Amino acid sequence: MIPLISLKEMKRSLLIALWFAFLTFPIMVIRVNPIERTVSWRWTNLLYVALGSFVISLLVKAWAIGKERRAGAAAARQQTPGSAAISIIQAILNRPAYWYPLAVLVSGLALAFPHLFSTYQTNIMITALMYVVLGLGLNIVVGVAGLLDLGYVAFYAVGAYSYALLNLHFGLGFWAALPIGGLLAALFGVVLGFPVLRLRGDYLAIVTLGFGEIIRLILENWSDFSKGPSGISNIPRPGFFGVEMALDQAMIYMYYLMIGLLVVTIFVVNRLQDSRLGRAWLALREDEIACQAMGIDKTRTKLIAFALGAFWAGLIGVIFGAKTTFVNPASFTFMESAIILSIVVLGGMGSIIGVVFGALILILLPEYLRALSEYRMLAFGAILIGMMIFKPEGLIAGVRRVYRFQGRGR
Amino acid sequence: MDYFIELFLSGLTRGSIYALIALGYTMVYGIIGLINFAHGEIYMIGAFTSFIVATVLSIYGFPLLAIVIVAGVAAAIWSSAYGYTVEKIAYKPLRRAPRLAPLISAIGMSIFLQNYVLLAQTSDFLPFPELIPEFAFMEPVAHIIGSSDLVILVATTVVMLALTLLIKFTKIGKAMRATAQDKTMALLVGINVDRVISATFIIGSALAAIGGLLIASHIGQINFAIGFLAGIKAFTAAVLGGIGSIPGAVLGSLILGLTESFATGYVSSDYEDVFAFSLLVLILIFKPSGLLGKAETKKV
Repeated sequence: MIPLISLKEMKRSLLIALWFAFLTFPIMVIRVNPIERTVSWRWTNLLYVALGSFVISLLVKAWAIGKERRAGAAAARQQTPGSAAISIIQAILNRPAYWYPLAVLVSGLALAFPHLFSTYQTNIMITALMYVVLGLGLNIVVGVAGLLDLGYVAFYAVGAYSYALLNLHFGLGFWAALPIGGLLAALFGVVLGFPVLRLRGDYLAIVTLGFGEIIRLILENWSDFSKGPSGISNIPRPGFFGVEMALDQAMIYMYYLMIGLLVVTIFVVNRLQDSRLGRAWLALREDEIACQAMGIDKTRTKLIAFALGAFWAGLIGVIFGAKTTFVNPASFTFMESAIILSIVVLGGMGSIIGVVFGALILILLPEYLRALSEYRMLAFGAILIGMMIFKPEGLIAGVRRVYRFQGRGR
Repeated sequence: MDYFIELFLSGLTRGSIYALIALGYTMVYGIIGLINFAHGEIYMIGAFTSFIVATVLSIYGFPLLAIVIVAGVAAAIWSSAYGYTVEKIAYKPLRRAPRLAPLISAIGMSIFLQNYVLLAQTSDFLPFPELIPEFAFMEPVAHIIGSSDLVILVATTVVMLALTLLIKFTKIGKAMRATAQDKTMALLVGINVDRVISATFIIGSALAAIGGLLIASHIGQINFAIGFLAGIKAFTAAVLGGIGSIPGAVLGSLILGLTESFATGYVSSDYEDVFAFSLLVLILIFKPSGLLGKAETKKV
């Protein structure tokens, strides 16, 4: 049903368009060159802004009207609006008859991918898979345990640098560095988490952000330790029992490695969510005080979430170092944390399948839409806002387990 | 001794600019309990607007005084407009949502605004026109304090006084204090809370814009990313003083400015930002309510 837009709404949208034209005037229209002392006036931009905001405001209004009607219809049918709103994908996942063949198809495709496509495509896919695992790791912290961590990239950096430095100074190989990187990152998670976890949600967010920046700034400035902004190069790729590999073979090998790690991650995260610990996390996310009253050790439970999330970031950090064979502090900015956070938020906090989709969409889309790649961060920002307003549960919401009281007779 | 005084004064200059930004954080937090993460970006937009206006006017050959006034007014107007719009788009629909939702939306807004300026303008550092001349009467003390430092100190003091008067004695100031104390009660006695929140964002943004103009002409260059660091530091200052408290924000800013100034002067300038962040982490761990803030007790 198309909601009718009244004349009043049109007028309102027109006013909004005018407002945005005014708002964006200095930055969108005027462009000065202070050295050659010239001014260029880009009036067409103003037109685009006005048109764009007009259309968007109409669409938002239409959405709001539609939502009202749906809520009205649901109320008329004596239904709570949320109960029927399980997405199609969740419905498929609930039926083994549908999802077994789908799973076989997806895993077959995943296994054949490097043989079907070029090394370049495989390379992109490895990056995407790395972000999937990063997203799943952050999902433990943000989505399941409800601790907003804005410095997640610090643990990623710890992993990458521990491989780079251990290799540089002691000649350690990939396989030895992988667990060390993960454990070091987890250790950092505990060391940071211990003092800050008693803070309230938004303070925690800022402290983790500050911590992430401190790590990056130290890596940038402590040149004797980390070689500063120029970074560390010539990090070896992962070995396979001493077999010499060409670049494209090494990429295929890394691809399968990532698939393996992803499967392990999904398995572990999935099992964790149903465990005693996972239920404690969910409960902590909902109400801390009630949790403590029920005898859940708040600090310990949160610390484990933090350490586990950091562990995965450390693992991926090591793999990142091995993949690019080069690390420098510029790879670990706040924007990286923001990208990983948007993966979790877009996919659906607390939902594994959602995070997988979120990562694939956010990482692959800009890769294939090269023309749009410079608008990528702009889109990230807009997605974060839009998701919070229109669909706070994400693309594929995590399903809450519902226990119904089975009343005996009437 | 001269070196000490020089560092002290430059610390005060730094601190008073942080204060202009920190006030916006603390006022918004006091009223709706939200960390307005996009506030640093509002400051950046203020600096950019004043840069654009000042450069255009100087190309067309206007006198310096006119440029300063017009650029300042334009920066304040457009920053306020952005602050108002950001609140309406990103925070107002989420007023009843769980705590994390507006924070994530604020981060989104911050990323969006940064990249909007990056795409619409440029990623390069741009030279900011020199708006504050070297005064002749400052000649004898020029080795200790520059003219722009003096202007910044004076301008900040004037702005702070005006803000204090506004909050203490005007109707909207009274409404703001009432809303900060108890939003529901303020609604009950007939205060238009939505309008008060909008006013808070507008005032905070205008202050940030003035800060943007002052610091940009002091440092002499700007780019699209300056808001992030300045925002975080001002936030640190606000937390240090006790977030929600206006005198606290000023005190915290001055302490942060002095700390940074002495640390860079006597230790090393490489770790300037590390000092600020470490200060933030330490305060939040040991005294989350800040120097002048009230400890929040949660009742069940």
